[in-house]
Amino acid sequence: MNARTDHRVIGYRRVDPHSQPQRLNEPYKSTVLRSPRRPLIQLPHTLSEVTGPLFGHNPIGESDNDLTRQHAGEPLGERIIVTGRVLDEDGRPVRNTLIEIWQTNAAGRYLHAKDNHPAPLDPNFKGAGRAFTDDEGRYRFVTIKPGAYPWRNHHNAWRPAHIHFSLFGPALVTRLVTQMYFPGDPLFSQDPIFNSVRDERARQRLISRFDMDLTEPEWALAYRFDIVLRGRDSTPFEERR
Amino acid sequence: MTPSQTVGPFFAFSLTAKPLGQMAGPGALGEPVRLAIRVFDAQGAPVPDAIVELWQADASGKYEHPEDMQPRSPDPAFCGFGRLGTDEAGTCRFETIRPGRVPGLAGDQQAPHINVIVLARGMLSALFTRIYFADDPANAEDAALALVPEDRRSTLLAQPDAAQPGVWNFDIHLSGDRETVFFDL
Repeated sequence: MNARTDHRVIGYRRVDPHSQPQRLNEPYKSTVLRSPRRPLIQLPHTLSEVTGPLFGHNPIGESDNDLTRQHAGEPLGERIIVTGRVLDEDGRPVRNTLIEIWQTNAAGRYLHAKDNHPAPLDPNFKGAGRAFTDDEGRYRFVTIKPGAYPWRNHHNAWRPAHIHFSLFGPALVTRLVTQMYFPGDPLFSQDPIFNSVRDERARQRLISRFDMDLTEPEWALAYRFDIVLRGRDSTPFEERR
Repeated sequence: MTPSQTVGPFFAFSLTAKPLGQMAGPGALGEPVRLAIRVFDAQGAPVPDAIVELWQADASGKYEHPEDMQPRSPDPAFCGFGRLGTDEAGTCRFETIRPGRVPGLAGDQQAPHINVIVLARGMLSALFTRIYFADDPANAEDAALALVPEDRRSTLLAQPDAAQPGVWNFDIHLSGDRETVFFDL
């Protein structure tokens, strides 16, 4: 049948530039050769932008969200729980969305051939995990606290301890790759990646909160990190074919 | 919104531990496309630590997503998502198909295109672009291409490889004289 079908596309709200880092940020030196100089071209959202990979058929392994149980032995370091919710800008939970994380071990070393920081690898720690959010948008990882490490961006440059987060959300335009930091890190002031977000309040959203209530006695400390993805427009575009 | 931060140089043991380059499985419908994507920096040097993600419709123009209400099922032999890291030459190679046309916003049909996300060290947030096929007459009536200044549209066109039938080349220049058109979505 060739009945005319109406396709309504509800777009996503435009990103508030104050909430985000500027792409060209000279103190972070490698942005100079890797950021566009021409203005980006604004596209209205079509089916191509409001759809995206959902990974519905991608099962999560049992230890995927527990980075301390992926090997025969226990990793070294301070065991922590990292948990929170994924919400949109209107506070609605983002359900069944894939979260991937990766981090250094407790000594500040990544499991990567090109990481030449002279700190030990840990045979019992890989540092990669994944989880799906539940119906309330909640997720939970068990891991160890990552270490700080030097990175040669400027004299005596050190990255504050962080965990990388990758999220897809429901659409192409909700893709977010970010980093979670730990409260009170003395390395914040000299880190151009953290400080690439100029707005103080926006920057605070990158810092997890220590949460005594979520700790497990005799077992692990806990940090809460809520993530906010883009919200939707209220008025749909009419799409007919 | 939570601010974006760079993916950094050390994502491979997590994000691309399982490469997703073969999007078209055996029996996938449509014209097979072997897509060779290269990523370059402002000086034309290859970017060996980028991650390239693709999202596209199947051969009939259907996205595997509940908001695509077109009354047909997506091709079960095709996966619309691909993800690879670039190699030392800045290259990654996907096996996909030429997508069908998907509806635009004004009763139009968009020209066949593949949505692209690029992430790398030195990039504080993701860049979005689109790949179109240079030989497609539908490009002339595509609403997104029409928003791009004419002298820059060629940066969005994959070109057939003269020596290797079925291979299409697409270069992404993050900056510099040949800077690719990126979209603010």
